[in-house]
Amino acid sequence: MAQPEKKRYIEDEKKRQQRMKRIVFGGQIGLGILVIVLWEVLTRFEVMDPYYWSSPSTIYETAKVAFLEGTLWDDLVYTSLATLAGFAAGTLFGSLIGLSFWWSAYYSRISEPYLIAFNAIPKLALGPVIVILFGIGFFSKVMLAFLMTVIVTALAAHSGIKAIDKDLEKLLYSLGAKRRHVFTKVVVPTTMPWIVSSLRINIALALAGTIVGEFISSRQGIGRMILYAGQILDIDLVWVGVVVLSLLSMLMYAGTVSLEKLLLRGQEPKQ
Amino acid sequence: MYKLKVVDASKIFRRDGQEVVALQETTMQIPAGRFVSIIGPSGCGKSTLFNMIAGLIKPTTGKILLDGQNIVGKSGYVGYMLQKDLLLPWRTILDNVILGLEIRGVSKREARKRAQPLLERYGLKGFENNYPPELSGGMRQRAALLRTLLYDQDVILLDEPFGALDAQTRLQMQGWLLRIWEDFQKTILFITHDIDEAIYLSDDIYVLSHRPGKLKAKIHVELERPRREETLLSDNFISLKQTLLDLLREEPKDNGTT
Repeated sequence: MAQPEKKRYIEDEKKRQQRMKRIVFGGQIGLGILVIVLWEVLTRFEVMDPYYWSSPSTIYETAKVAFLEGTLWDDLVYTSLATLAGFAAGTLFGSLIGLSFWWSAYYSRISEPYLIAFNAIPKLALGPVIVILFGIGFFSKVMLAFLMTVIVTALAAHSGIKAIDKDLEKLLYSLGAKRRHVFTKVVVPTTMPWIVSSLRINIALALAGTIVGEFISSRQGIGRMILYAGQILDIDLVWVGVVVLSLLSMLMYAGTVSLEKLLLRGQEPKQ
Repeated sequence: MYKLKVVDASKIFRRDGQEVVALQETTMQIPAGRFVSIIGPSGCGKSTLFNMIAGLIKPTTGKILLDGQNIVGKSGYVGYMLQKDLLLPWRTILDNVILGLEIRGVSKREARKRAQPLLERYGLKGFENNYPPELSGGMRQRAALLRTLLYDQDVILLDEPFGALDAQTRLQMQGWLLRIWEDFQKTILFITHDIDEAIYLSDDIYVLSHRPGKLKAKIHVELERPRREETLLSDNFISLKQTLLDLLREEPKDNGTT
């Protein structure tokens, strides 16, 4: 007599993971589309007042006009460049300040409370002073973005310095290393994950700094456009500014993530 | 002529206004090519002694002579390896092993070329491009020791290098270390807690006493080389073990325990 065939259930891990990935990705796209469609429908049937809430289609049309006939493109470039310059300078200087604390325990301990105090100052409140000092041009925006990021990075790098394994330093000295060897071969790589973990926050902070700079006084930039649109009650244009800034912010965030991968080469970011 | 001489070296710290003796005046004379173990309870100043020989701390009194030259307070003259492997996690095994050469100014390419055959011969073939966390504890210790070897000093200090390994791996690593020692003719100073390990590996064993650390006895190990696992069961081995056990048992207990 033939044996009845036994049913076998084999768990396919790869298949399950792929299935999950597909569903999640589809859900993420779907949710975004749903929000935009709801926004459009609700404003079209005036459940939400289109004067205040505008609508995706109006925003799109207004943006097209602003890009093709207005100065939106130039404003976007202006804001992006100011943000990136402030971000780069802040991160670089901040890292250098943080790393420099490794060289002397006295210097490090004496300056630490000042660093924390400076971090506590709401930098945006310094905006008017910065504009008076550096004028209403490009440089004052860069300065604000720089101020927003520099201390955060310095503090992050400082935490990294404190986490260095003393035995690693000892090992290097036993191999005949000078301080500069320990610095380049142990201190910088150990601190890198801390510095990198501050990047994602920094890019958003830098953008906020630039926008506030443009709000205060500027001839160009998305921030100035939003302020101007608000003054003439062109709310559709305000929404265009907000949407463009959000897209810019997302794009910069994605860029930061690639930068992280490049800087870490296999290490994990630390908080 | 002795390779390494420790002459009346001692170390005293001042802690909370009180002088704490980590190591009393100690004298050791170690001929070239010897395998010497240092054994004693924890807190007997073994690691203090090593840190002084490695030039990482200065002795309170005394001298450390390498080939007759005083190396007190000078680091980089002897190889030094600790219980932790201390491999840099962002470097591959190969790039970890060449660290000492790099510091000395050898180019990365040249250093890699020199290290490659060593890795192949001593059991790390195929792991050159792995990162340390991907390797087992034993493999990581091999890499750490090869890093010390490649730094190429005549004297190598090993501070409980196999202390964190399981018994099986430890036995394997001991055999591996003996092979390396025979191939390279280095002078090795080896700290351990493990009496079997000390006898199995060494020519001479220095016994240190409990705090304050003091040199208590020096025992010569009369066992044939090359040593095999059968050596661990020989009469000679057992009687040496008895001697060492007696020496360590005489230790006064810590205050408060009876």
